[in-house]
Amino acid sequence: MTKEENVKKLTDMVADFVGFIGKKLPDDVVAKLKELGDKETDPLPKVLYETMTRNQDLAVALDRPSCQDTGVIQFWLKCGTNFPYINELEALLKEAVVQATFATPLRHNSVETFDEYNTKRNVGKGTPTVWWDIVPNSDQCEIYAYMAGGGCTLPGKAMVLMPGAGYEGVTDFVLDQMTSYGLNACPPLLVGVGVATSVETAALLSKKALMRPIGSHNENANAAKMEQLLEDGINAIGLGPQGMGGKFSVMGVNIENTARHPSAIGVAVNVGCWSHRRGHIVVDKDLNVTCDTHSTWKFNG
Amino acid sequence: MIEIRGNKKVLITPVSAEDLADIHIGDIVWLDGDLMTCRDVAHRRLIEYGRELPYDIRDKAIFHAGPIVRKIEGTEDDYEMVSIGPTTSMRMEKFEYDFVKETGVRVIVGKGGMGPNTERACKEFGAIHCVFPAGCAVVAATEVLKIQEHHWDELGMPETLWCNKVKEFGPLIVSIDPEGRNLFEEQKVVYNEKKEAAKQAIYPEVKFIK
Repeated sequence: MTKEENVKKLTDMVADFVGFIGKKLPDDVVAKLKELGDKETDPLPKVLYETMTRNQDLAVALDRPSCQDTGVIQFWLKCGTNFPYINELEALLKEAVVQATFATPLRHNSVETFDEYNTKRNVGKGTPTVWWDIVPNSDQCEIYAYMAGGGCTLPGKAMVLMPGAGYEGVTDFVLDQMTSYGLNACPPLLVGVGVATSVETAALLSKKALMRPIGSHNENANAAKMEQLLEDGINAIGLGPQGMGGKFSVMGVNIENTARHPSAIGVAVNVGCWSHRRGHIVVDKDLNVTCDTHSTWKFNG
Repeated sequence: MIEIRGNKKVLITPVSAEDLADIHIGDIVWLDGDLMTCRDVAHRRLIEYGRELPYDIRDKAIFHAGPIVRKIEGTEDDYEMVSIGPTTSMRMEKFEYDFVKETGVRVIVGKGGMGPNTERACKEFGAIHCVFPAGCAVVAATEVLKIQEHHWDELGMPETLWCNKVKEFGPLIVSIDPEGRNLFEEQKVVYNEKKEAAKQAIYPEVKFIK
């Protein structure tokens, strides 16, 4: 195949995957929702979980996006410097989003700022979002794709705490956001927390934290302990499905961290809704693809 | 009108204030009839710019929602509902008292809670706010029989006023009732108490700065 044909194949592959994640939740989310739903006993949360489950089944059966808000599409790349399509990647992701917009179909969610018009193709200045991590001496590319819906984007917040506030301040920051904005962001939530040195480092980590599997833990023992403490603490609030009350509030809390300036604790929170539409594929130099988030996705390109 | 259908309490448009008199927060109801999507820009146009809505919603229902629709092949301008679910109602809060007053809308469907403006509107004009389970957009789409009209298309797919005929649309959980009681606000009091207790339990465990 020519380079051009391969670029088209990769474009088709990404477009297909983006459409797919809008219709079928990742395996870890499906399992966690079932676990949480099975433990509810009151009629209201039970009706809500039943409706949510029925919706996911219908989405697959009718081949439609399970939630109407298919979000702004965001990609996080871990791309090898020797990946043969590194130069074409950013442009082809944009093209893939346009393709998926019409094929799936996706809702038109890209509004140009200041000129304030909807591009009606889901692409615009800086959308889809693409974050690059460059991996030296690798010839493969990992692609995380995420549908950032409006509801679960709203609770996003970042700030810099004084060290005197400590991790108690981080606790306040995260928990206060749950009862003000989190309850409207379609619980049970996956909560991503960034602890770093400034607003932008913490903010990006809080989004990357949402790409981690549910049930995984930060490799630092204290951070992992804090993930569990926050998860238990937010669950104790009892937001329940849709924020209307229940035994749980979250699917999990994932913390990502870096070192910090001695005078500052950068902290950020980002949440994923119960309909946490993220997927992860690994593409090798010959465009063989594997997917560890969705066992039923197959690309027939 | 209200009809009890099996174990479902179904509101049928036109709905009157009397129909809603015995509806309370936490109740689960369903809707038959006319439901128009209406969100940020439409509220702003009516309230801030005084532009009249091109579709009469008196005694009917609105849905804070921006759907995915698909043109029906072979037609000039007919669309089918693909995926429709509620968006965050709180964004419309600042407009909602005047909106209900101006339009006479009876049932507001959305996601999450609303605030004092909407409580006041529900109490004064005999209206309710309900939550459709968010993220359940295919369930909702299959309860839309037909898109009858659409207006203000220039706003793009999410913001267009899609005027739907619906059948047993729900479950709708009543979050503000005609007495002005607010389920989310009452829950928030409980959530905040529990949150304070949770914080106190976490603090001694996270003293990582020695």
